Amino acid sequence: MIKYKMHLLVCGGTGCKASKSDEIVANLNAELQAHGLENEAKVVGTGCFGFCEQGPIVKVIPDNTFYTQVKPEDAKEIIEEHVIKGRKVERLLYTDPKNREHVTDSKHMGFYKKQIRIALRNCGFLDPENIDESIAREAYAALGKALTEMTPQQVIDEIKKSGLRGRGGGGFPTGLKWEFAAKNAADQKYVVCNADEGDPGAFMDRSVLEGDPHSVLEAMAICGYCIGADKGLIYIRAEYPLAIKRLKIAIAQAVEYGLLGKDILGTGFNFEIELRYGAGAFVCGEETALIHSMEGERGEPTVKPPFPAESGYLSKPTNVNNVETFASVPVILLKGAEWFASIGTEKSKGTKVFALAGKINNVGLIEVPMGITLREVIFEIGGGIKNGKKFKAVQTGGPSGGCLTEKDLDTPIDFDNLLAAGSMMGSGGMIVMDEDDCMVSIAKFFLEFTVEESCGKCSPCRVGNKRLHELLTKITDGKGTLEDIDLLRNLSEVIKDTSLCGLGQSSPNPVLSTLNNFMDEYVEHVTDKKCRAGQCKALKQYVIDAEACVGCTACARVCPVNAISGERKMAHDINQDICIKCGACYEKCKFSAIFIK
Amino acid sequence: MNKIKNLADLRKMKEDLQNKIQLREKSDSPEAIIQIKVGMATSGIASGAKEVMNYLIEELDKRNIDALVLQVGDMGYCYAEPTIEVTRPGEEPVVFGYVDITKADEIIEKYIKNGELVEGILPANYESID
Ligand SMILES: Cc1cc2nc3c(=O)[nH]c(=O)nc-3n(C[C@H](O)[C@H](O)[C@H](O)COP(=O)(O)O)c2cc1C
Ligand code: SF4
Repeated sequence: MIKYKMHLLVCGGTGCKASKSDEIVANLNAELQAHGLENEAKVVGTGCFGFCEQGPIVKVIPDNTFYTQVKPEDAKEIIEEHVIKGRKVERLLYTDPKNREHVTDSKHMGFYKKQIRIALRNCGFLDPENIDESIAREAYAALGKALTEMTPQQVIDEIKKSGLRGRGGGGFPTGLKWEFAAKNAADQKYVVCNADEGDPGAFMDRSVLEGDPHSVLEAMAICGYCIGADKGLIYIRAEYPLAIKRLKIAIAQAVEYGLLGKDILGTGFNFEIELRYGAGAFVCGEETALIHSMEGERGEPTVKPPFPAESGYLSKPTNVNNVETFASVPVILLKGAEWFASIGTEKSKGTKVFALAGKINNVGLIEVPMGITLREVIFEIGGGIKNGKKFKAVQTGGPSGGCLTEKDLDTPIDFDNLLAAGSMMGSGGMIVMDEDDCMVSIAKFFLEFTVEESCGKCSPCRVGNKRLHELLTKITDGKGTLEDIDLLRNLSEVIKDTSLCGLGQSSPNPVLSTLNNFMDEYVEHVTDKKCRAGQCKALKQYVIDAEACVGCTACARVCPVNAISGERKMAHDINQDICIKCGACYEKCKFSAIFIK
Repeated sequence: MNKIKNLADLRKMKEDLQNKIQLREKSDSPEAIIQIKVGMATSGIASGAKEVMNYLIEELDKRNIDALVLQVGDMGYCYAEPTIEVTRPGEEPVVFGYVDITKADEIIEKYIKNGELVEGILPANYESID
């Protein structure tokens, strides 16, 4: 076997592929060949490194050099300078936003320093399309250990002891869930992996499946062994073509090696896995709706109980877990429950993957120990707020969660603390907002999403959310009243209490949490008709300062709706009833005579 | 490909496949093992640095020593090439000059294995050589 002196790891996640990382791989290989170095250095396409803000990423091993925003045409310089002469290509190195210095290796990047990677341990490390690399990194060793050396109950006990809780949003203890499914006797049971990931802005499950599919397959088989199921189903949205492709490759390779299929590792245990495709409805991520969708029924939730563990897919006991939950299982069996439980807080063990988005410098995917503070995540790992603006709030839990503010920055992040602070963990979306964001508009944005995604089965959610959205629109249009604010709160409470499924039960959260944290902004919108962030167009007023106006007529000529009147060389005036707030006059005025009120 | 028959086979397979990703595993925690940087600028290569690097990689592997061999650019010791810098875990780096195969062998046996200093150490007169 060839002993390479260098590995060039190229991110092959969806984001970096969109920026031509495939071409980078091809060009690097061509350059290596042109210099006769194909036996010295090896190019490996990997899963996501998480540092998506600056992709495509090329990481050079062994020196951990981290090249960012690499273009296909940079391949030549990387090979000729770095691989041949040992000189780093300075211009491609990551620049620290704080001190503007080049960071030579990923070990010294603020983005990675506080991360602990468990679910993402192989993302950006392995070639996800090559099972041999996964096996070298202990894939299926936990399955082998479980099947050969442990009873199903011992495995369940280990998972219980580890304190692992579901990463799909609910945070239910995983070991306990497996135990329920195990205890329900039936001729057929199912293991389902929930890869629906409908939360806007979330891409952790996609990244795990794209970067390390074998961990999920292995964990599903382990779960099958525990609960007595020989069939696994992965429910994945059709909008994830790359994840689907990698899963198919991984399943085929595992079957070829006999790690899935009949008589796995000679233990007599059978387990097969199939893919089921979703059409990308948020509600289909809810486990009962997901199961109905897989059965070919409408993707609508039904009342629990019965829980899937009693009567799930085809009315058989079914265990549903999230992708990230599964990805954490094999390591727990290999490293032990104590190890896992030593990370995190008292009631939330291990790590959580978050998708950082919004007004933050390092947009990307991170995995951090439970108990880390929002301040560390946003200001250290996330590199702070974009363009030196002021932090205002962060939305966790996506459309079902709430916003947290300055006062919560030092709260340790875990399931219970986030709930107590009026938000939730959710699946791990984290959207950061700065002073330019209007909180009423943010609530409206999330409501727009829920109105769109409500399945319509029950009226509190179907009708109530629509009314909430209308009230919010009324307020951002400058037509709201103080009574509307009270109504918002009351209606939110009713929707929460009376909706059938988690979608409706949590959809008013963005409204309630912005009401709780930013009441002053709501009041400003309705009483002063003012939006301090300047986001609500209807509340914006362009006004001409009569003192400064020289009467050049430039503004009147540029206004598309003829809202500006005035004689030449005389101060002009904007008719607020006609003005459509396009800002054309504001841009045009050379004398700074137009201002926004 | 034959099916993997049992856990022992799987474990053996893991060992056999290990070298596919070993370089990455080591780079993941470089501070825990011996790091050797070899100066490989044009003048270094002309003076035989490449042979020394190959020798180090092969011999360390043969002698079962966990080490990471890195290629770096000009180390600022053009007069004493080939030069290598060796860092034992938790210790200050030490630079050796005029390293040929015989010298490399001596460095492995004495300094790398036992921390015994050998002749040919250069004064630390450089800045970082990242
Ligand atoms: C509206 C709604 C959407 C959901 N979407 C997802 C999803 O995309 N992925 C997911 O794993 N769980 C989702 N869930 C949670 C699932 O119902 C279920 O609790 C979860 O898959 C269980 O796995 P876990 O215990 O590993 O978290 C959603 C729940 C609701 C109410
Ligand atoms: S709460 Fe909304 S999404 Fe859930 S069942 Fe009712 S209408 Fe459908």
